[in-house]
Amino acid sequence: MSLLRIEALGLSIHGQRVLRDVSLRVDPGEIVGVIGESGSGKSMTALSVMQLLPRGARCEGRVMLAGQDVLTLRERALCGLRGQAVGMVFQEPMSALNPLQTIGAQVAETILIHEKVGRREAMARAGEALERVELPPHRVALSRYPHELSGGQRQRVGIAMAIALRPRLLIADEPTTALDVTTQAEVLKLLKRLVQEDGMGLMLISHDLGVVAGMAERIVIMRQGRVIEQGRFGALAHPYSRALLEASDHVPARPAHDGQAPLLRVSDVVRDYPGRRQGWRGRAAPTRAVDGVSFDIRRGENLGLVGESGCGKSTLARAILGLEPVEGGRIELDGQPVFDGHRVNRAVRRRMQVVFQDPYGSFNPRWSVARLVAEPLYLLDDPPQGAARKAAVAEALSSVGLRPEDGARYIHEFSGGQRQRIALARALIIRPDLIVLDEAVSALDVSIRAQMLDLLADLSTRLGLTYLFISHDLSVVRNVTDRVLVMQGGRIVEEGATAQVFAAPGHPYTRRLIAATPRLPVSA
Amino acid sequence: MLRYGARRAMSLFVSLLVASLVIFLALEIVPGDPAAYMLGINAEPDTVAALRAELGLNRAAPLRYLDWIGGMLQGDFGISYTYRTPVAGMIAERLKVSLPLALYALALSTLIAFPAGIWAAQRRGSAVDVGVMGVTQLGVAIPNFWFAMLMVLVFAINLRWFSAGGFAGWDSGFLAAMKSLTLPAVALALPQASILTRVMRSALLDTLGEDYIRTARAKGLTRGQALRRHALRNAMIPVLTIIGLQFSFLLAGAIIIENVFFLPGLGRLVFQAISARDLIVVESVVMLLVFAVIVVNFAVDLAYAWVDPRLRGER
Repeated sequence: MSLLRIEALGLSIHGQRVLRDVSLRVDPGEIVGVIGESGSGKSMTALSVMQLLPRGARCEGRVMLAGQDVLTLRERALCGLRGQAVGMVFQEPMSALNPLQTIGAQVAETILIHEKVGRREAMARAGEALERVELPPHRVALSRYPHELSGGQRQRVGIAMAIALRPRLLIADEPTTALDVTTQAEVLKLLKRLVQEDGMGLMLISHDLGVVAGMAERIVIMRQGRVIEQGRFGALAHPYSRALLEASDHVPARPAHDGQAPLLRVSDVVRDYPGRRQGWRGRAAPTRAVDGVSFDIRRGENLGLVGESGCGKSTLARAILGLEPVEGGRIELDGQPVFDGHRVNRAVRRRMQVVFQDPYGSFNPRWSVARLVAEPLYLLDDPPQGAARKAAVAEALSSVGLRPEDGARYIHEFSGGQRQRIALARALIIRPDLIVLDEAVSALDVSIRAQMLDLLADLSTRLGLTYLFISHDLSVVRNVTDRVLVMQGGRIVEEGATAQVFAAPGHPYTRRLIAATPRLPVSA
Repeated sequence: MLRYGARRAMSLFVSLLVASLVIFLALEIVPGDPAAYMLGINAEPDTVAALRAELGLNRAAPLRYLDWIGGMLQGDFGISYTYRTPVAGMIAERLKVSLPLALYALALSTLIAFPAGIWAAQRRGSAVDVGVMGVTQLGVAIPNFWFAMLMVLVFAINLRWFSAGGFAGWDSGFLAAMKSLTLPAVALALPQASILTRVMRSALLDTLGEDYIRTARAKGLTRGQALRRHALRNAMIPVLTIIGLQFSFLLAGAIIIENVFFLPGLGRLVFQAISARDLIVVESVVMLLVFAVIVVNFAVDLAYAWVDPRLRGER
């Protein structure tokens, strides 16, 4: 008998249809992957099982969990089920834990809520649960607070809370999306081990086919609130599934790069952050975020810069853009220094632009799109006015596939993918030579990401642009760059032609990164 | 935690020093010679000069400042120009009314605001919520002296449950004294409770939307349990801030209510001292109030650290 059987589940929130006719099942000891782009309804399906839906939600159909239809249960019975029969792990390990309680207390709470045991015993069992998720109390004490843990450790605490009572079903909603690749690989391995040990069913929700393909026995593809297809990974045949598959490993058409003249030259750059204050006057030794980094970017080249969070790649990007002073070394664009004494060299600065990751936070919501896009024009000594300015905005918007009329609208009217196009238009308007793409496609859905990558490749060919492509996502970097730099602890540990580095990584860290990157099985 | 406390204590000390300088300088600048004021307009210049010498007003300002600070550190606030009695004694007498009144009002305000704020947040959008928000809107809008007079009319004149004003004194027993402070305390507490209720509600609503509340619910906690165990403490930072501000306000800002109820409190003392140019009393009371405000802020800072472990290791 199935552990979880969802039959013809429909959901509307304040009258708006969110899910239609969703049916799927999870058997004991089985891993079922639920895949979909944002807005596909995958998280809402999970929250329907937990009955933790937002206000104004109405469900129909049946959700059979261990022989009971949760849609007919009263709140009291549901509270008994949550945490006991079904546990859930959420995406954001930073915000999913209560910052004011120790991790021990938070894990023990799951036990205290459901069983009549004393505090001391609950704490002892919380220690066991943390041991099972590889956070033994002798290494990470139960009395620690969430802010004292790394992202991966916090996610393990989240898992420990969910499995403390050995539930029969575990729902993990994007459990590794906020983590680095090597941490992601460890957490996925842990989830797999727990499923095997407990014979638990696991519903693994992700936007990343690569993550799920290697883990799940069955895959459910969702789109716009419906289940498109379900089955083994190799047997997926629906056109949308195939398109999703193609998009997640998309290689944009790009002519081979042969330019040799260096455009940007970075030599021995050092960037320190002041150390923690100690006592009234003292300070700890400064943290070296970028440690003697040197490299060139050739004109027209796509250079990749990969590394995990905290490796210094964003600090390096800010230094290149002249947003932060450096403690040592030189950064030159076409032979001219980015820093002119202690000032940013405007003549150089206007030839470089940047696109950041967050398509939501990097725009002023009260400005029209035209004004947002025109902003970099102030870097010019003689910025175009009136009709010329309008024409420049229109051209920039058209070049990224938007209409000139979109300039009159405001940023909240656009989707995430469109916002990144607007960010790109803003970068293009002063016709820069170099564009720094700092995780510019990381927050996008795979199909939107594929379109964006095509657009970037096309613009690079047409306008002769040079890209510095910074990302934690190795599979994207592999598909779009000519050369790649691998950064660890503020240093470049490996550098070479992309194909070569991926085929035969020389540095142990590169090997570890590549091994941890989820890959789609070739069979599909 | 110790380091955090030490840093806060350091800033407390610096604030007090700066505040004392500002108060002293401000009263140096204001026009009006206390000696001339005390002797009236027809006084001979020699008499005024003699009195100035007697009061020590003819000495250099820095010396007088040091005297003032040194005296206060030993509990000597000087002699009142008008009453010719030690200021310390006058203040102590008035504090016996003002401090209990402030604490009473604060306790009432907190006791009303916590349940009301929690209740409204729990039933967001319901009739209860709308009702609480409406009442607190009124509570903020109504001037407290008007509400005080209304209460005197109902509870003192019509029902005769309370006296219309005056303070029974602590000698007449704790209950009798508290009874005579009840109407003023309620009048003071009403607007404070309204503000605090609204802060409590919105802080709770913010935290109830956090991811960790969803995590708690996924563990099997009921809505109420999640609120009590996880949301409440996280919502305390803004609430503590407001409570700290309110205590300072209640201690110093009760002038009008003290006048309505004829209470011999600090507010009335300052009021009278200012009109009589009794600068030494004004100086001392203001310094005392500043001291109270700064100490309360220090206590609130320590309470933050007690609530939020992230602040304990703060740089």
